[in-house]
Amino acid sequence: MTTYYTEDHEWITVDGDVATVGITKYAAEQLGDVVFVEVPEAGASFAKGDDMAVVESVKAASDVYAPVAGEVVEGNAALADAPETVNEDPEGKGWFCKLKLVDAGELGSLMNADAYKAFCDGL
Amino acid sequence: MRLSQKNYAIDLGLFPLGSCTMKHNPRLNEKLARLPGFADIHPLQPQATVQGALELIDELATWLKTLTGMPAVAMSPKAGAHGEFCGMMAIRQALVARGEAETRKRVLVPASAHGTNPATAVQCGFIVDEIKANARGRVDMDELKAKLEMSDDIAGIMLTNPNTCGLFETDIKEIADLIHAAGGYFYCDGANFNAIVGRVRPGDLGVDAMHINLHKTFSTPHGGGGPGSGPTVLSDALAPYAPVPFVVKDEDGVFRLVEDMEGDASESFGRMVAFHGQMGMFVRALTYMLSHGADGLKQASEDAVLNANYIQARLKSVMTPAFDGYCMHEALFSDAFTADGIETIDIAKSLIDEGYHPMTMYFPLVVHGAMLIEPTESESKAELDRFCDSLEAIARRAAQGDETMKGAPYLAPMRRLDETQAARKPVLKWTPPETSSVAAE
Repeated sequence: MTTYYTEDHEWITVDGDVATVGITKYAAEQLGDVVFVEVPEAGASFAKGDDMAVVESVKAASDVYAPVAGEVVEGNAALADAPETVNEDPEGKGWFCKLKLVDAGELGSLMNADAYKAFCDGL
Repeated sequence: MRLSQKNYAIDLGLFPLGSCTMKHNPRLNEKLARLPGFADIHPLQPQATVQGALELIDELATWLKTLTGMPAVAMSPKAGAHGEFCGMMAIRQALVARGEAETRKRVLVPASAHGTNPATAVQCGFIVDEIKANARGRVDMDELKAKLEMSDDIAGIMLTNPNTCGLFETDIKEIADLIHAAGGYFYCDGANFNAIVGRVRPGDLGVDAMHINLHKTFSTPHGGGGPGSGPTVLSDALAPYAPVPFVVKDEDGVFRLVEDMEGDASESFGRMVAFHGQMGMFVRALTYMLSHGADGLKQASEDAVLNANYIQARLKSVMTPAFDGYCMHEALFSDAFTADGIETIDIAKSLIDEGYHPMTMYFPLVVHGAMLIEPTESESKAELDRFCDSLEAIARRAAQGDETMKGAPYLAPMRRLDETQAARKPVLKWTPPETSSVAAE
């Protein structure tokens, strides 16, 4: 399993042709206390960069973008009742959805963990 | 009475909510709005019995058209976002008339825009495409040009000027020309018109549609004292599609409401409201205009800019201005000066203890921990100094990491509220407190 990152602070962990997507620890900290999350439903499909989910905190409402193209296999329904999971475990239990990839080649344009860390340090 | 005194109002002190423009509401406005000829009329009365009211609408429309340099105005929109809706519907109708409604779907919106801009575009069936800001807080022209060259599906752009960073979009004329060359229309969000009234006419900048918040620029009540009112000026290209109803003056001097989509209004996109707009606000706004005159309105916008720059200049040594250079009518700071652990919200809550309403915080989103301060023009130097003294002291505490700020406010009737729990688990129903029936009697 390999995890990639976007400049919009999504992470995507790939396992075979299915990937799990969420927002990074950095994003969760910047947003502050998350109070509402809307995740996509199974069957929805997105192109890379499409608005895929919504996350709302006490400070701001933000769109979450699809890091790569794919079809949603499962949305994390647990977040509806427990949005705080995104703050508590953003890169674990706070995942947003699982995507079936269309083109694994798109992952090449994303950052690895080291590159993402350097990207955040520069912000 | 006591409850009302726990409230905070613009009459009681500075109300520095940036982007909101909390202006003084002159008492004269209220007095005139209560005149029986304006207050005791009904929208369904025969038009012959309300000629004065119709004349007032027409007179206000003339002022708005003159101040903006635009040929037409729709008076009925009832607030800023409603005015946006009016302007974007006019753009959509113009595209329908050109036969391009299905092909021109993309609306460009800068990252710093009011949230209502993209929301309005989507509501009108457009697709929103965000443009980033450059290092100077203005529209990134290279990105704009790249987006325009790439595509032939541009419906228009929605741009606020001065923008939500309190900065004048210096490339605005070029932006308008580029959008027009690409076949699109220029919607200007007029929320910050109060910074340029009498100095710049949006019509000269190439604007096709712009709403005017009477409750910001022209001193009618804002917030809880509303309602708002958002007349929307339109260019020659969009004027034929203006919504009904509107007032016309016939050759015999009689004012008449055009209510049906025929004759002058045959190309109208339709009707937005049941009646004719916010009549009470029209009276207040025209009162404000007539009591100030053209020169007074110009001075009001100049003083608004002067006051904001005074605040920026006084605080820039202890706080971090978001951008270099002068601002327009509001001063924007980031939270870069604060010690670790102290956030913008702690500064805002500490201001409450100093007796002030907090500034706008965490907006615009393009600035980290944004604090947006709009003093408005009617505050005296003495009041600005008092505010700056208070905020300066708070900023120093924030820079030193004063942990007591995390608990502010200490002196308000309510201590700090748990906004997270309020949002996650809102209590939306009032339940009567349990008391014994004897005690209640």
